[in-house]
Amino acid sequence: MSDFSQCAILELKVNNHPGVMSHVCGLFARRAFNVEGILCMPMQDKKHSKIWLLVGEDQRLDQLTQQTLKLEDVLEISQHSSSHPVFAQMMEFVE
Amino acid sequence: MKISGAQLVIKLLERQGITQIAGLPGGAALPLYDALPGSNIKHVLTRHEQGAGFIAEGMARVSGKAAVCFASSGPGATNLVTAIADAHLDSIPVIAITGQVPSSMLGTDAFQEIDTFGLMAPITKHNWLVRSAEELLEVIPAAFRIATSGRPGPVAIDIPKDVQNQIIEIDEFPAPGEAMPLPQPTLAQLKEMEAMIAKAERPMLMVGAGVIQSNSSEAVVALAEKLNIPAVSTFLGLSVFPHGHELHLGMLGMHGSKGNNIALEECDLLIGAGVRFDDRATGKISEFCPQAAVLHIEIDRSEIGKLKTPTLAVHADVGACIKALLANCEPQQRVEWVSRIKWLNENHGIPLPTKQDLSNPYSLIKTVAEIVGDNTNVHTDVGQHQMWTAQVYPFVRDRQWSSSGGLGTMGYGLPAAIGAALADPDRMALCISGDGSIMMNIQEIDTAVEHNLNVKVVVINNSRLGLVRQQQALFYQENFAAVNNKRTADFALMAQAMGANGFDLGKATDPLAMLTEALNTPGPVLINVPISEDEMVFPMVPPGAANKDLIEERKA
Ligand SMILES: Cc1ncc(C[n+]2csc(CCOP(=O)(O)OP(=O)(O)O)c2C)c(N)n1
Ligand SMILES: [Mg+2]
Repeated sequence: MSDFSQCAILELKVNNHPGVMSHVCGLFARRAFNVEGILCMPMQDKKHSKIWLLVGEDQRLDQLTQQTLKLEDVLEISQHSSSHPVFAQMMEFVE
Repeated sequence: MKISGAQLVIKLLERQGITQIAGLPGGAALPLYDALPGSNIKHVLTRHEQGAGFIAEGMARVSGKAAVCFASSGPGATNLVTAIADAHLDSIPVIAITGQVPSSMLGTDAFQEIDTFGLMAPITKHNWLVRSAEELLEVIPAAFRIATSGRPGPVAIDIPKDVQNQIIEIDEFPAPGEAMPLPQPTLAQLKEMEAMIAKAERPMLMVGAGVIQSNSSEAVVALAEKLNIPAVSTFLGLSVFPHGHELHLGMLGMHGSKGNNIALEECDLLIGAGVRFDDRATGKISEFCPQAAVLHIEIDRSEIGKLKTPTLAVHADVGACIKALLANCEPQQRVEWVSRIKWLNENHGIPLPTKQDLSNPYSLIKTVAEIVGDNTNVHTDVGQHQMWTAQVYPFVRDRQWSSSGGLGTMGYGLPAAIGAALADPDRMALCISGDGSIMMNIQEIDTAVEHNLNVKVVVINNSRLGLVRQQQALFYQENFAAVNNKRTADFALMAQAMGANGFDLGKATDPLAMLTEALNTPGPVLINVPISEDEMVFPMVPPGAANKDLIEERKA
């Protein structure tokens, strides 16, 4: 299994609109912040989605989080440590 | 009632108080344009969509209200992009509405189809590709809410042609979108700020566009006076302090005065009010204000700590903070520091020529300002002429100054001045331009003539891309490459060809008389003023260097 120890995991609750993924991913890309993994699924209410991002644990992460919070369709962000299982479990499908 | 998507857009814009829209039609925007005649909105047809974008910016900067521009799909939308990016970097509430190919053809590389949503996403606060006419009921008010809330900025709405044509049934119109209430400082934050300021021996205010945006220019000046805090302005914060104020050291940064730089080296508290610590202002940031504690008051949470780590950060409305401080703080004297500032201003300000000489850019700008008086909104393009204007123009009120700061976009000046003339018709719209920049949107003189606007363009003509040439002179051993416009067009004649009045000071026997006559001629006027290509903007901080390492003047 890959080593995520240098990574942080962001959990975003967003509006389930077309274009939200591109707003979020575009933001990280143009601010030159590497995203290692992305997972996005609609929530049960279908109005919202969860986006999980596996990102480098770098000193700019707080800045990126603040920028992401400014996106109109991003409602909440929480940060988890690399020990969160979401991406570890996903590894099954990429190896 | 039954209403089409396009009619709904126009109706909702009217209800937002929009009375003028700049734009240029095309196939994918035809239904929108079909809904315009008969509305209360005056459409200003530009000669290029970039002009429409800048006109909207000019209207928004001078009025403080959101302004709208229209374009068609494909090339219409791409032509808007530069202006929207400009509004994004300078936090200007512009709403761009573009036509798009019909939904059924999206993704097929249809005629004039371009991914406008994708193009606009990185240069707007938010943007939409509208999927149905019903969505417009939410999107249009949201566009105004988002563009004007917190730190303002542009938004873009892309509307496929079938959505414009779609007829829907509605009972009533939604409420117009409004700016959201701003975060306020807490009592604890106010106390902390007060204590920090009271303790400081050599405090310094750094005022930015956030002060203008929060309608607190007068309060900032009053606070500076009450507590004897000297001030510097960012490029976009110019006009907060009236010209010649004895506590004001002018613009800081790459072309700030030497006195301004020395004061920032010496200050022990820097109060950044509505600023984002742009690199053109701070120079090498690790060496910026080396002795100072930093108090950063800012409405955009993501700007706090982005570049400069504050000692105390207050994420709140700058206006509310300043007004509370003004009410609560005891007066302070700071005799020594204030006299030091006076000395720095007198001995290390921007050196001005002692006698009038219209071929000297500073003298020219001062003379123009004297002739046009205070009832004028001042615009520039980008280059040396812009920096000379920023250094010495005698501003008397905020929103009098409109120039492309963050993006530094040549071609901004003339259409922005047209926007100001449309939105604030009781004042002259002055545009100080360069021979390079004016050519980027000179076609809009035709627009100004069509509407007989009070726009006066002064082209400071050094027959060069002067600011680039200056860098080649100073940092590339005078290896002048691609900066020579020597065979410049006859700008006065170009203006005349479009029906404006054109004057050329190079052909005048009495230049001052001609300048005076030209600036007093009604309607759109262009005045060409030849100057030497060797005129430079000094001081200059080499890009990437610390502000204290400024170049004072050119060594022979
Ligand atoms: C659209 C655009 N292209 C290129 C530049 C780079 N640039 C900055 S200043 C300048 C020269 C401007 O020349 P002019 O308008 O004659 O002004 P001057 O410096 O001579 O006063 C150029 C090319 C820019 N700022 N904007
Ligand atoms: Mg020039």
